[in-house]
Amino acid sequence: MINPAKDLSLNRRTFLRVSSVAAGGLLVSLYFDRSMLAQEAQTQPPPKVYPPDAFIRITPDGNIVIQVNRLEFGQGVNTALPMVLADELDADWTQVVAELAPAADIYKDPVFGIQMVGGSGSIAHSFQQYRELGAKTRAMLVATAASKWNVSAAQCRTEASVVFGPAGQKARYAELASDAARQNVPQTVRLKNPSEFRLIGKPVRRLDSRPKCNGSSKFGLDLDLPGMKVAVVAHPPVFGGKVKSLDDKEARAIDGVRDVFQIPVNLGGTGVAVVADKFWPAKEAGDLLKIEWDLSGVQPADSMELFARYRQLATTTGNVAVTRGDEKALERIPSASRIVADFEFPYLAHAPMEPLNTTVRFDGERAETWAGSQFQTFDQMAVAQVLGLKPELVTFHTEMAGGGFGRRAVIDSHIQREAAVIAKRMQGTPVKLIWTREDDIQGGYYRPMHVHRVEVGIGPDGLPAAWRHVVVGQSIVAGTPFASLLIKNGVDDTAVEGVADSHYVIPNFHLSAHHPTVNVPVLWWRSVGHTHTAFVMETLIDELATRAKIDPIAYRRKLLKPDSHKLRKPLDLLETKTANWRLPRGHAKGVACHECFGTGVACAVEVSIENNRPKIHRATVAVDCGMAVNPLTIESQFQAGIGFGLTQLVSGGAITLKNGRVEQRNFDGFIPPYIVDVPVDIDVHIVPSTEAPTGCGEPPVPVIGPAVVNALAKLTGKRYRTLPLTNI
Amino acid sequence: MSRIRSLTLTISAVTIAYVCFVITTGTATRAEEPSAMQGLAAWQQVYSVLTHPRCINCHTATSYPQQGDDRHRHFANVVRGPANTGVPGLNCSSCHQKANADSTGVPGGHNWHLAPLSMKWQDENDRPLSSAMVCRVLKDRSKNHNLDGPGLLKHHEEEALVHWAWNPGRRPDGSMRTLPPLTHEQFVLATRQWVEAGMPCPTER
Amino acid sequence: MATYRLNVNGRQREVTTDPSTPLLWVLREDLKMTGTKYGCGVSACGACTVHVGGVATRSCVVPVSMIDDRPIVTIEGIGVDPVGRAVQNAWIDKDVVQCGYCQSGQIMSAVALLKHTPKPTDLNIDESMGGNLCRCATYVRIREAIKSAGNQLK
Repeated sequence: MINPAKDLSLNRRTFLRVSSVAAGGLLVSLYFDRSMLAQEAQTQPPPKVYPPDAFIRITPDGNIVIQVNRLEFGQGVNTALPMVLADELDADWTQVVAELAPAADIYKDPVFGIQMVGGSGSIAHSFQQYRELGAKTRAMLVATAASKWNVSAAQCRTEASVVFGPAGQKARYAELASDAARQNVPQTVRLKNPSEFRLIGKPVRRLDSRPKCNGSSKFGLDLDLPGMKVAVVAHPPVFGGKVKSLDDKEARAIDGVRDVFQIPVNLGGTGVAVVADKFWPAKEAGDLLKIEWDLSGVQPADSMELFARYRQLATTTGNVAVTRGDEKALERIPSASRIVADFEFPYLAHAPMEPLNTTVRFDGERAETWAGSQFQTFDQMAVAQVLGLKPELVTFHTEMAGGGFGRRAVIDSHIQREAAVIAKRMQGTPVKLIWTREDDIQGGYYRPMHVHRVEVGIGPDGLPAAWRHVVVGQSIVAGTPFASLLIKNGVDDTAVEGVADSHYVIPNFHLSAHHPTVNVPVLWWRSVGHTHTAFVMETLIDELATRAKIDPIAYRRKLLKPDSHKLRKPLDLLETKTANWRLPRGHAKGVACHECFGTGVACAVEVSIENNRPKIHRATVAVDCGMAVNPLTIESQFQAGIGFGLTQLVSGGAITLKNGRVEQRNFDGFIPPYIVDVPVDIDVHIVPSTEAPTGCGEPPVPVIGPAVVNALAKLTGKRYRTLPLTNI
Repeated sequence: MSRIRSLTLTISAVTIAYVCFVITTGTATRAEEPSAMQGLAAWQQVYSVLTHPRCINCHTATSYPQQGDDRHRHFANVVRGPANTGVPGLNCSSCHQKANADSTGVPGGHNWHLAPLSMKWQDENDRPLSSAMVCRVLKDRSKNHNLDGPGLLKHHEEEALVHWAWNPGRRPDGSMRTLPPLTHEQFVLATRQWVEAGMPCPTER
Repeated sequence: MATYRLNVNGRQREVTTDPSTPLLWVLREDLKMTGTKYGCGVSACGACTVHVGGVATRSCVVPVSMIDDRPIVTIEGIGVDPVGRAVQNAWIDKDVVQCGYCQSGQIMSAVALLKHTPKPTDLNIDESMGGNLCRCATYVRIREAIKSAGNQLK
């Protein structure tokens, strides 16, 4: 394994001193509860013990600098994980400083085995890990003090970065730190009883608020290095297109432009890079490039054509994902008791607030990269590959990122590859590649478009007696390293999650999927398959409840598996918290619930219709995410995640293609929710729990769409099965 | 409404040819007052400019301006505000400066703001009002800042934001914004003819 | 190329650059003040909001040649203003930020609102903040913080 201190690619991190036990032991407690891990374990050795000093540096003046093994892109992990560690460490919270760890083996996600952020896994996978880090470090500090004072560790206690001895002795962590580093890292350690928590479970404010409020917080796009140049790239208007001819005379005439040259881009295409002293001349020059594109041999995707094709496919059985009970049961149900529902979902852009960017410096033998990356391991490897280096010779700094939502977890690392190619050409000069907002909106990697066709046969009790479901949409992971883990029987798990693993008890259930090949790159969009599957399930279930004249919450209770406590408890809590809602005329209450990434969510909204748009007056959310590590973060995630989920509903929330070209250019065409689109109040209620914590990054997103639409259905009697909502 | 519009278009088509004739023989006809029919024909010319997107996008009946040749609601939820200049934090002048910014695609002109609601030339559903209605509104001194005929002519001749319509600048994608159907000189001339004819308005059908 | 004398956060700064360069990029790259952000470049998101001559201004679309002698205040300088300080403190107290990238612009717009309307209603907030995009959608807390800041100010 990498010894961090000796690894020169981490030379900026001089805290990483040699630990005598860095080569020792195995970390035992990982979350081996997902089937993919069996395969992971075969292909990758399990992570070794994490020497605390790779994660914690205690400075002489008492600062406790904690390395966060995740990208911080808004979810609050650079407060929550340090909080967890600091609690077990008994650190003075006011002295805690969080840093985003660079790419290194030691910072890999203990479950997934790569350094990454995604799957709402930061707390779920690193909670135990960071607790142990804190507890072990504390144990080493106590052992050091105990040894100095000639007492036993059991006679000592700790509080706020101080070790106290039995006879009034006191020592600050800062004084003990360098001696403590020489201690053996204990193999096992006692963790606190939840009743002993001082931080965990409390609403602790973010560590990074002030810098983000006074302009001092630096994001990847803000990076400035001596001699740095800025690059932009002109991409083909149809994915995979190539440069046929280039006239760069006017571009080169712009003051500050250093070079213009062709580069390979994603999907086998080529583009033109412009390198300049600053962004504006690069952009101006880019706009002046006269490029003739060779679009022969690339398929020009067209949304209307694709929807027609998908609708056709949805009438046929695809690759089977789930089959249960009697396939013929549906046909035996009289047609008066059957519903056929067709749903359509467009491509969606992630459009994180900070446009994508990466800076690379290549000196011929080593390289340094700065990026707000959700996939540091892959991105580091990609840069190394382009430059012909071993990955460990690429120092990869994790920058604070302005949002991600999955867009920064790119399997093909296309941004890093572009930047590395440019840096190679400009050897010796650091180059910051910036994708403009237009590049971002038009550059692909969207949430795939989908069509669902569902046929439901309703039993005499009003519950679904048969369910036939076909999903059509591109596979996100086909042809990637994730394929072997996530594609079974030709079905991409990420396209059917939320239906395949539905918590509703539906006999005679048949689910299949088609994954057409389309020339549009696609990617996971915050909550992935649940973005469309939850909409389908929760609107259909609600429709069935209405038909059966049963209250929507009561109906769900009847239909859920008895042991779905992560949905039952939120539903109960939601019902309690919204029992006193008085709805004026023209207002309706809509409800939805969904479980994903281990967390169950129930949501209710009060909606009216104003100016042909849904006006959401308020929303209430109940969530079961196991132990609430930081209830303030959780509340924030749900208030904001609900707002994010409205991206799918607002009329500007779609990416469409015509003859291969993306029709939207910027936020005037792809229009996400603004403050006027979200309710004034969103109250969040957390089900008390002592179970292991599960994620809150993605679970807020899927429920809001169906909840709103279920309310609209009450107001208008119409069923809304096409997103975004353009005509109510 | 649509009958009136198609009738209006027919009148416009016929009178464009007539007015061009009139304009080219302008010096001869200026000595005498234009007839009512000439005045109505001139009005149609004026109306064709007023209802062009470069003008009508800021003469809305709603709480927002429009933009683009398709006259969609202005992006980023910008609103009229109490003084037709936007609201604190999101004024018209937050983006629109005193001249076009062609390098960034934002149009500009002196004192960029929405026409007051009294000068709305559309209905609440963003549909242009009829020629008869706009004609009445334009002349109504209780609505038009107390302008008489010569005052209106001067406004059309000199107002900076009126001039802007003929120099509307470049869009963010680099293309040029489209111009009204007449030149500014033709617009002023038509206005003069209309005013000199006594500002006749077509009757509502 | 032309030389401009700009009044930025009370200091005289001189830059030599292409006249068409938006103020945003002059601030970020010529003056190395990266607190003002690039989100879209077409004034649709507000991340680039500064104050010019006391008016909240989207610096990504205003060429530096159009600034003249109007004083510029950025997120780096708004904290010396009592309204600015109240807003920043309310933002921290209410734990508003998530990724934080839009928040410089949100704060500058909120300050402009509160300077004019110290006790804004929900409608005032909708209208004045309606053009500031937050992809994390921290809007609920932004609204709370604006009201809280307003309550702090007399």
